[in-house]
Amino acid sequence: MKKAFKRLMVCLLAVCLLAGPIAAQALDGVEVSYTYTYDYWGDILHSPDAYRPETVLTSSSLGLETPMRNPQGLFVQGDKIYICDTGNNRILEVKRDGLQYSLVRIIDSFAGEGEPNTFSGPQDIFVAENGDMFIADTNNHRIVKTDKDCNVLLIFVRPEDATFDQTQEYLPSKLVADTSGRLYVQGKNVNKGLIKYEMDGTFSGFIGASEVRVVWYEYIWKLLSTKEQRAQQESFVPTEYDNVAIDEKGFFYVVTKTFDENELKGGQAKPIRRLNGVGSNILVENGIATLPIGDQQWAAGNLNITNSGPSRFVDITALQNEIYVALDSTHNRLFGYDQQGNLLWAFGGIGNMDGYFIRPVALEHMNTDLLVLDAQECAVTIMTPTNYGTLIYEATDLYRKGEYDASADVWQQVLQQNSNLDVAYVGVGRALLQQEQYEEAQDYFRIARDTKNYSEAWKFHRKEIVEQNIGWIFTVVLLLLLLPPVIRRIKKVVREVNEA
Amino acid sequence: MSTLVRKVINKQGWARFFSTLKYALYVMTHPFDGFWDLIHEKRGSLAAANFLVFMTLVTRLMTLQYTNFMFNHVYWPEVNILQQCLSILLPLGIFCVCNWGLTTLFDGKGRLKDVYMATAYALAPYVILQLISIPISNVVTADESVFVTVLNGLGLIWSGMLIITGMMMIHDYSLGKTLLFLFITIIGMAIVIFLLLLFFSLVGDGVGYFASLYKEVVFRLY
Repeated sequence: MKKAFKRLMVCLLAVCLLAGPIAAQALDGVEVSYTYTYDYWGDILHSPDAYRPETVLTSSSLGLETPMRNPQGLFVQGDKIYICDTGNNRILEVKRDGLQYSLVRIIDSFAGEGEPNTFSGPQDIFVAENGDMFIADTNNHRIVKTDKDCNVLLIFVRPEDATFDQTQEYLPSKLVADTSGRLYVQGKNVNKGLIKYEMDGTFSGFIGASEVRVVWYEYIWKLLSTKEQRAQQESFVPTEYDNVAIDEKGFFYVVTKTFDENELKGGQAKPIRRLNGVGSNILVENGIATLPIGDQQWAAGNLNITNSGPSRFVDITALQNEIYVALDSTHNRLFGYDQQGNLLWAFGGIGNMDGYFIRPVALEHMNTDLLVLDAQECAVTIMTPTNYGTLIYEATDLYRKGEYDASADVWQQVLQQNSNLDVAYVGVGRALLQQEQYEEAQDYFRIARDTKNYSEAWKFHRKEIVEQNIGWIFTVVLLLLLLPPVIRRIKKVVREVNEA
Repeated sequence: MSTLVRKVINKQGWARFFSTLKYALYVMTHPFDGFWDLIHEKRGSLAAANFLVFMTLVTRLMTLQYTNFMFNHVYWPEVNILQQCLSILLPLGIFCVCNWGLTTLFDGKGRLKDVYMATAYALAPYVILQLISIPISNVVTADESVFVTVLNGLGLIWSGMLIITGMMMIHDYSLGKTLLFLFITIIGMAIVIFLLLLFFSLVGDGVGYFASLYKEVVFRLY
């Protein structure tokens, strides 16, 4: 009996010990989902998955003899994927055919003038629609433009211009070209903006240097300090961009990892910028809930966050529907924003599983698929939108085309899958607004806390109410105006009658 | 008939309550005369003062609940009605006690009751303007938000001015002396709050010590 009791106790203890962690996780309300969004208050809302990893391209799946080493750059043109295998001084061209991926060729040299005609640590590549390639041959301090058969067309070197710092090494790291063949380069240690080359290879200036912001107390502090102290202090210099992408309209999306994290939530840091041709930031930041800054909650704890700190973006890509996706290197996540700056989804994480990354460095898109290059894993993860993700894109596209009703139907479907998505409520509300169903629209905007649209709907609704009840309103106002004198008169008459 | 019931149906009592409450309107518009007569002519009552404080609490809660969401950023998961009420009552209480304690030492004429009544009557503009601004906030659009912000701001400023004049009148102080003592009162409030926190944390630690001692003993014995 006693023995049996002891055995029972041991069993119970074992169950307790084993069940402890599981029960704790189930009870403390922390459920870990892969995809999430933020609400108006900065709380994490779990969401259905918008993307799922479809394929992971590795050295072995591509059948490479020498495995990739520290790849840094990624580019997609049509159905071709270009991977800059920086550590092996070569570029891999991979062709996608449905779900099949095949290595087309390995570009490690070019034909024509140029000394040497091989590459050294190429960090980025841009391929124009006609197949012309721009290769950032970083350690050779140049950019090589070749045609699609690797015959050199032009070599861009360090600009010999007074505005360009001649003392530092010229290390072009990221580049994009516009449709007419102008080249925009981000160089390492260049903080004046993007280096712009004309079609013939001449340097024509910088665009989009981030403005230097001096805080008044820092300025006073600087005035008060001695020359030696001043030399030791941080100097007011513009920040350098970390990556650049060009969208189909020819605007540049740039990201920077250098900012003061205290300025992030106030909106002064601007880690993501959209530059126009003259270099002004034209990124729309009308998001109801959040600014496009990535994570709102930085602390470790929730969602298995192991690193802490704000999101620091290393790459960005702009899809055809003006949705842009930024790749964060703090928690290795992807953040998708619509053109108004609303967070659509965030997903990813640190880890070895498919869909998680160790050191992601580059992000590209192929239609709506997203490709992420991991420099340490030497792998490209290709992610496809799920049904939920596709619905979001569909609704956005329909709205952009002006088909508001159809768009609202799709947003309703999105809401059936995720009733926490504020953007969907706004989508439905805007369609209702177009259909002049103001009261219903107000309800949807109220749920999403969209003040601007709510106000718009309320303005029309209020007008309707006033117009319908104009008779009553006039009557009441007239009565209010007329009654007091009338009553006074009657009282006076009554008094006079009484006195008489 | 019990005294309570007699009190409740006492017509004269109600009449006095309403007239003293209505006097709050006069105080609002004639602060100098108003506060002087409030104390010296006994035209205010403690019941009306209590009612005004109660209305302040109700107004605060109604603001949270009924102001349109465009002007109202309330994170409901963290709202606690008791906390909201205490956040008004505690500062009010500490203010009255501190102010009375300090002014008594520096020939202020007001008693604690007078300080409390003056402060409560000074809250009237906040209550009235806030209660007006709640329906207005549900009528205006975001472009017209200035109506709401001006009303809210006006209520607070008006109440603030009334507190200053009230203190001037009940203590028979000059303006400068009033401002000086209001400033000192605020410092005094900070000290009181600090001492209260210190006291409670010490008591907590003391209780915690014996609680853990008890636990330890129980743990060892069984």
